[in-house]
Amino acid sequence: MTEDAFISIRKVDKHFGKVQAIDSVSIEIGHGEFFSLLGSSGCGKTTLLRMLAGFEAPTGGEIFIDGQPMSDVPPHMRPVNMVFQNYAIFPHLNVRDNIAYGLRKQRLSRNRRHDLVEEMLELIKLPGFGDRRANELSGGQRQRIALARALILRPKVLLLDEPLGALDKQLREQMQLELRALQRTVGITFVFVTHDQEEALTLSDRIAVMSQGRVLQLDTPSGLYETPHNREVASFIGTMNFFDAKVSGVNGARVEVEAAGLGRINAPARDRRYVEGESVQIAIRPEKLELTADAPLDSGISVQGSLENAAYLGERSHFFVKLDGLDQPVAVSAQNREGATIGTDATGPVWLNWSEASVVVLTSD
Amino acid sequence: MSSDTYIKRPNRPLQLYAVIFLIALYAPVLFLPLFSFNDSLYVRFPLKEFTFKWYVELFQREPVWNALMNSVRIGVVVAVLSTAMGIFAAKAITRYRIPGRGTLVGFIMLPLVVPLIIFGVALLVLLSQLGVPLSLYTVAIGHMIICLPFSVATLIPRFEGFDRAIEEASADLGENAWWTFWRVTFPMVFPGVVASLMLTFTVSFDEFIMAFFLSGTQPTLPMYIWGQLRFPQEFPSILALASMIIAMSFVLVFLGQWINRGAQPGAVKGHDT
Ligand SMILES: Nc1ncnc2c1ncn2[C@@H]1O[C@H](COP(=O)(O)OP(=O)(O)O)[C@@H](O)[C@H]1O
Ligand SMILES: [Mg+2]
Repeated sequence: MTEDAFISIRKVDKHFGKVQAIDSVSIEIGHGEFFSLLGSSGCGKTTLLRMLAGFEAPTGGEIFIDGQPMSDVPPHMRPVNMVFQNYAIFPHLNVRDNIAYGLRKQRLSRNRRHDLVEEMLELIKLPGFGDRRANELSGGQRQRIALARALILRPKVLLLDEPLGALDKQLREQMQLELRALQRTVGITFVFVTHDQEEALTLSDRIAVMSQGRVLQLDTPSGLYETPHNREVASFIGTMNFFDAKVSGVNGARVEVEAAGLGRINAPARDRRYVEGESVQIAIRPEKLELTADAPLDSGISVQGSLENAAYLGERSHFFVKLDGLDQPVAVSAQNREGATIGTDATGPVWLNWSEASVVVLTSD
Repeated sequence: MSSDTYIKRPNRPLQLYAVIFLIALYAPVLFLPLFSFNDSLYVRFPLKEFTFKWYVELFQREPVWNALMNSVRIGVVVAVLSTAMGIFAAKAITRYRIPGRGTLVGFIMLPLVVPLIIFGVALLVLLSQLGVPLSLYTVAIGHMIICLPFSVATLIPRFEGFDRAIEEASADLGENAWWTFWRVTFPMVFPGVVASLMLTFTVSFDEFIMAFFLSGTQPTLPMYIWGQLRFPQEFPSILALASMIIAMSFVLVFLGQWINRGAQPGAVKGHDT
């Protein structure tokens, strides 16, 4: 990744007085990648994006874009464009002039300019909107104008700060699809900020999960979901069952743990080193667990418990299973297929089954 | 705009108070136009015939026109310069982190509360020490001091009333600070600029004390009026002149307010979804 990294953020810090908004962040982003910064509000996503755009200077470290160090490059000279969180549409200009705003320096002929703007209006599916004023537009339309205004300059990088945050759910989902399609069409690098994990998983090639100014894990969506590195990532993305555990044996690619409620079980080591006696946590996604009424033939990857609670949610059902030695019930999510052995009206003892590959071992770091 | 929310519901005593307040404030002023159309040398009831003759007489007087032109020239120059300075001051105050910002704003606003006679005397002493002869220019300098706070006070809400991200967006789209100012900032504050021009022109046009201390041989219009008060036979024409000045001031200030009507912070359109 390092050689063809297009954006290279190297050990960047940012302090606002006593507040450390960014703490030694290093990220490499490839050409044409859809890269997301994901984290809860206040974790430093906007600050990092504003440093890429040049509105904030890093307190330490260096940012390279296309091989060039950015520290002395002012915002208007950077090969990046930004879609602001509240869109920052120019209210005194109509849609056409908003989109054409950045073209002044290119000294295009009137016709060429007009064509480019019309092309953009087509691309963002707002043909014929050129003469509208900014305050006659809906949130979704404004968002698209902000996008067109940036894209018309053919930037090497597009920075998007929670661009869909202000839209209602239905529009947001539609815009997600359009955004992803658009990114494939124009082929520029997107750095996308969001606090919505589902949105990040849907859109991104890779995601950096942030917390308190640091990157917790940088991975593909499936990597983050299937093999989170620590509890914070695991609980931030999707729902997860956690079990306190102790390493009881290391055996090449497998690690054996003694987990509360589950007993002695095996898990893939996934290239991590464990020492015997080390305190770890076991994590299993609710949909990786299966409930059966009878004991499975192969013991060791199942445990008996009692069904405490169940909820029918249409396409799926949620079950909560009480295990011996655990305060919290274990969440199980099951697709509502025909012939499911356990219904939501069931009670009493059940068996909890899982496959070894779905077990994730989390260390404390 | 429904008016029946708790805060916005009508309040009778308050309305009555507002009416009484306005009458008390403007009734004396209304006597000027009243008597300026009265066919009598003396300001006293009962009124006589209706006449335009004082106005006609006024327009036939050479010195009135001279004084008027002096005031207009000073007013225009002062309005343009103090508004230009006001724009930079307001931008600096609202956009940059300046240490001691509150103190700075306080000093800019000071001429609003310090008696003008003090500023007048101080400037007179300074100018005579420097050997600067009194003229319309010195009056203009005095008026600049008075007008700057009006300009800054008019413009600051305009600068505060729009999102800084708009200026950042301009920079992001490739414009440097100069172009960003002319393509984004200036158009955004333009209504405030017009309001400031009108207000500062009016303030300068109506100003007497500074002009009294700082003018040379050329009088401004208020100075001319003051000079004519000694002659009883001129009085009705002066009433006519004063009536016109009041009317013009009203028009300019209200027009300015109307143009600048969206200046409250947060009233900028295009940000609500
Ligand atoms: N201009 C600023 N001055 C002081 N503190 C700031 C400034 N901008 C951001 N911060 C602080 O930095 C942290 C990260 O903020 P931000 O990057 O906006 O988070 P996010 O976009 O992830 O919600 C927050 O604690 C915030 O209060
Ligand atoms: Mg943010």
